[in-house]
Amino acid sequence: MAPKSKKRKSSGLKKGIKHDKNKELPPVGEEEEAINMESMGHPEIYPLVLTTKTQEIFNCRIDEDLTDEQPYKLLKKQDILADFSNRAAVSDFYPVKKIIQAYPGDEILLVYDKDFKYGLNFYIIGTEEGKELYFNPPEVPEEQEEHIEFKELTPEDVFTYKPPCSKPWVSLGSEKEIEEESVKESTKQITYMISRKRHEFGAPIKFSDQNASSVKDGYIECTAYPDRNFVIKLFEKDVGMQAIPQVMDTSTQTKWAYPKTATTQYYPREFLEEEKEILKQSKPLADFLSNMSISVEIALQQNEITNTFIDDWKCLAEEEGTFGDKTDTHLKEYQSFTDLHNLTEKMVTCVSWHPQIYGLIAVSVAVRLSFEDRVHFSGKLLLQPSLILFWSFSDPIHPQLMLESPEDIFCFKFCPSNPNIIAGGCINGQIVMWDITAHADRIENIKTGGSRSKKATLKPMFLLEPDMNKEELYIRYCAVSSIENGHKKVITDIHWLPDTFEINRMGSVFENRSGICCQLVTCSADCTVCFWDIRPLKTTTPQPTDKKKEETIEIPSDIPSTFLHLDLSWKPLSKLKLSKGETTLDHCPTKISLGEERLLYKTQDKALAENKAMKSGEMNPYQNLESGLANILKPIEDFCTKFFVGTEEGEVIYTDWKLERDPETGRLMTRKPVGLYTVHDSAVHDGTVHTVQRSPFYKDIILTVGGWNVAIWKENVMIGPLLQSSCAPKRYTSGHWSLTRPGVFYIGREDGYIDIWDLLEKTHEPAQSQNICITMITCIKPWTFSAKQQFIAIADYYGTLHILEIPWTLSHPSANEVLSVSHYFQREVKHLEYVRQRKEIREQEKKEMELELEKKKIKTYQKTKEQLEAELKLEYESYLELERTTLINLGLLKAPDMLPSFMEMM
Amino acid sequence: MAEVEETLKRIQNHKGVIGTMVVNAEGIPIRTTLDNSTTVQYAGLLHQLTMKARSTVRDIDPQNDLTFLRIRSKKHEIMVAPDKEYLLIVIQNPCE
Repeated sequence: MAPKSKKRKSSGLKKGIKHDKNKELPPVGEEEEAINMESMGHPEIYPLVLTTKTQEIFNCRIDEDLTDEQPYKLLKKQDILADFSNRAAVSDFYPVKKIIQAYPGDEILLVYDKDFKYGLNFYIIGTEEGKELYFNPPEVPEEQEEHIEFKELTPEDVFTYKPPCSKPWVSLGSEKEIEEESVKESTKQITYMISRKRHEFGAPIKFSDQNASSVKDGYIECTAYPDRNFVIKLFEKDVGMQAIPQVMDTSTQTKWAYPKTATTQYYPREFLEEEKEILKQSKPLADFLSNMSISVEIALQQNEITNTFIDDWKCLAEEEGTFGDKTDTHLKEYQSFTDLHNLTEKMVTCVSWHPQIYGLIAVSVAVRLSFEDRVHFSGKLLLQPSLILFWSFSDPIHPQLMLESPEDIFCFKFCPSNPNIIAGGCINGQIVMWDITAHADRIENIKTGGSRSKKATLKPMFLLEPDMNKEELYIRYCAVSSIENGHKKVITDIHWLPDTFEINRMGSVFENRSGICCQLVTCSADCTVCFWDIRPLKTTTPQPTDKKKEETIEIPSDIPSTFLHLDLSWKPLSKLKLSKGETTLDHCPTKISLGEERLLYKTQDKALAENKAMKSGEMNPYQNLESGLANILKPIEDFCTKFFVGTEEGEVIYTDWKLERDPETGRLMTRKPVGLYTVHDSAVHDGTVHTVQRSPFYKDIILTVGGWNVAIWKENVMIGPLLQSSCAPKRYTSGHWSLTRPGVFYIGREDGYIDIWDLLEKTHEPAQSQNICITMITCIKPWTFSAKQQFIAIADYYGTLHILEIPWTLSHPSANEVLSVSHYFQREVKHLEYVRQRKEIREQEKKEMELELEKKKIKTYQKTKEQLEAELKLEYESYLELERTTLINLGLLKAPDMLPSFMEMM
Repeated sequence: MAEVEETLKRIQNHKGVIGTMVVNAEGIPIRTTLDNSTTVQYAGLLHQLTMKARSTVRDIDPQNDLTFLRIRSKKHEIMVAPDKEYLLIVIQNPCE
């Protein structure tokens, strides 16, 4: 009962404890201090472990002294204390030593804890009260226990609210976790206080530079250092070496000596004549020469054989550096001039470039009327002036100068030695002279849009104010030739004689000392050729002077008096009549071509001419010089006084201007024409020959253009022309050689086309044909200004002057062109010779044939009819023979033994 | 001697030869077909040039020696045949 009750008690206690407490925690591990069951609500209970030894000592052996019925034992305090002193720390009661020492009673209750209720097998009760409690456990009604058990199932009914009473917090270890999670400052916080002066707030900030190294420890650097571990040793080196001779640089200073002019004269050492002779005789010289001459001759011969340094490629190539397109072969239109002021229809009769001034060209215009119309309208024509217009490239509308003449000019020329003198031939047979020296500055300084053109606008004549002085614009002529003594009909051609010679009345040639051109030659439709001299005649009798005075007309003051002596009294020096022999029909010359033409095309002789003129020191040489000094002048011998004349009928005549005295009458007579240039005794040209011109490259090649064809002649070759073109579809109306290319010439047609012939390209037809205008071309004149610029002036029937630019291909000769063309001409001459020879042979043959025919004819008329028949039969048989042999030869017939069958078949 | 004359004449009559001259070792002309001033000029200049040419040839190879010197210019060719004692100079115009 007692243990059961104790058990119940303990369980009741336990339960009571349980009731109060939530948990029953196992006792904490033993500590040095005695652990009491304080935590279980029994602070007086101290669990112990007793070893068997201790059990024997105190007679509390399990299951012997302490049984279930009596699990306790009262121990004497004294015994325990004695145990302490016996066994000290080994004693099992050692942990509760203090309790035991402090135990007030004598007997301590030891209880065997069989169930290990308090964790260990024994426990002692440390207080008297506890002991008593143990012995006398409080009576706890069993029903209460059971009641409690039941009450646990329905707590809510009997749940009595007990306000929680604060108990001391029992640490279960959670504070450690909290401690771990909490944040604590590990370092102590430092507080800074920064203050600044008030006025510095918001003040502008000044930044300044500072070198980091200036401040100590301003930067930290990692300096490089040569690390031994990473060093690469250079084992191989590639080095170039050159050995040079020892070079030494030295310098010296020379004493400066002041410069001094000094001369030395020396003469070469020379041998005297005797010494030379001696040396010549010496043997060493002879040996030397004989040895050396061989090699020298070899070298000389090498050079003769071939030129080894010639670059063949270079020689093949044509001249390079061409300007412009090489393929462009057309004449390019540059400018055209038309006189817009004059209303009448005019045609251009003659064109001439100014020999010196660039871009100045003079044009003579004539009215486009036939002879009858001229007579009809003669009144009206008188009012209109006949003009020579000077056009400049810079002003296509207004002519720069206008030269007035009494009648229409059909040809004119600038004087080669003095371009301010112009001579023109009129339609009535007069020669007109102009002197434009006074106006020379006007044409020399031509600017675009000249001073007077700004105001003047293009107005037809009748709109101009009547008070406008038209005459001021015209420059009047200063001399005309005598009407009675000059030509009777239109002057067709006029030329200045070159200033290298002059002619006297007989036609003999003398040298010209004056250095200027002073003689003219004209030909006119009245079948005469006249020579004129512009110098005053040496007069012996005073009579002519009186005549001159009578004939002088009041001349306006602005006309230069250059040719005053000639005005209206000018007579030709000599007159040649071109007659055709006995018949009255004479040759009507249209163009002449002299031998030594001073070419207007060359301008470099200008300086020479000027010098000569200045030398004479005369401002007006024409007046002061006297013709008729021919006796004193030296005659030029071997001068070719022959010249070519082209006629209206189309013939080309070669005649002499020297007059001879007719032995019978004593008069001066012209010689018979030396020759007629014909082909097969007929005229070459079908129409008027309007161009007779010598080639600028060859003195003896003449170009004649007339009718429908062109012919080129060589001067002394009378057989025929070197070249005669076939009839062209249109009539040729003008022609001119090219100035720079020897094989090129230009022909103008009546339909406004220009044919460009190139003898090196084609000789049977023109190389090119280009349309210039719509009407007949009346005059062609090319002109070279520079190597790059060459112009050609083409005048047409309607009065317009076209200026075209000649392209590179037509203006620049190819290499050796002169040579090639001359070869061509030589070949043609040979061809003509050959033809002539053949002709002779043919003549011969023809004669022989004729003779034979004659003989045959003589024979035949004697035969009778029968004989004729016999002869015919013979002929027929011989013909058959011939036929047979031919067929056999051809292979159409078989061998002769087959013939009979063939004959039978036939 | 006649040989000398004949040789020189033969050389002179070659095609294109302008002048021939014989010069001694010091550059003094002995025989010439040109006028005096020209001869003296040619002789002096060509003599120096020949000396220079010879020394050049021998500098490069001492065993070598100058046998002939030809100078070709735009207009002429000058041929110099050197010897120990004399110099033969011929001027020719090689172009046709």
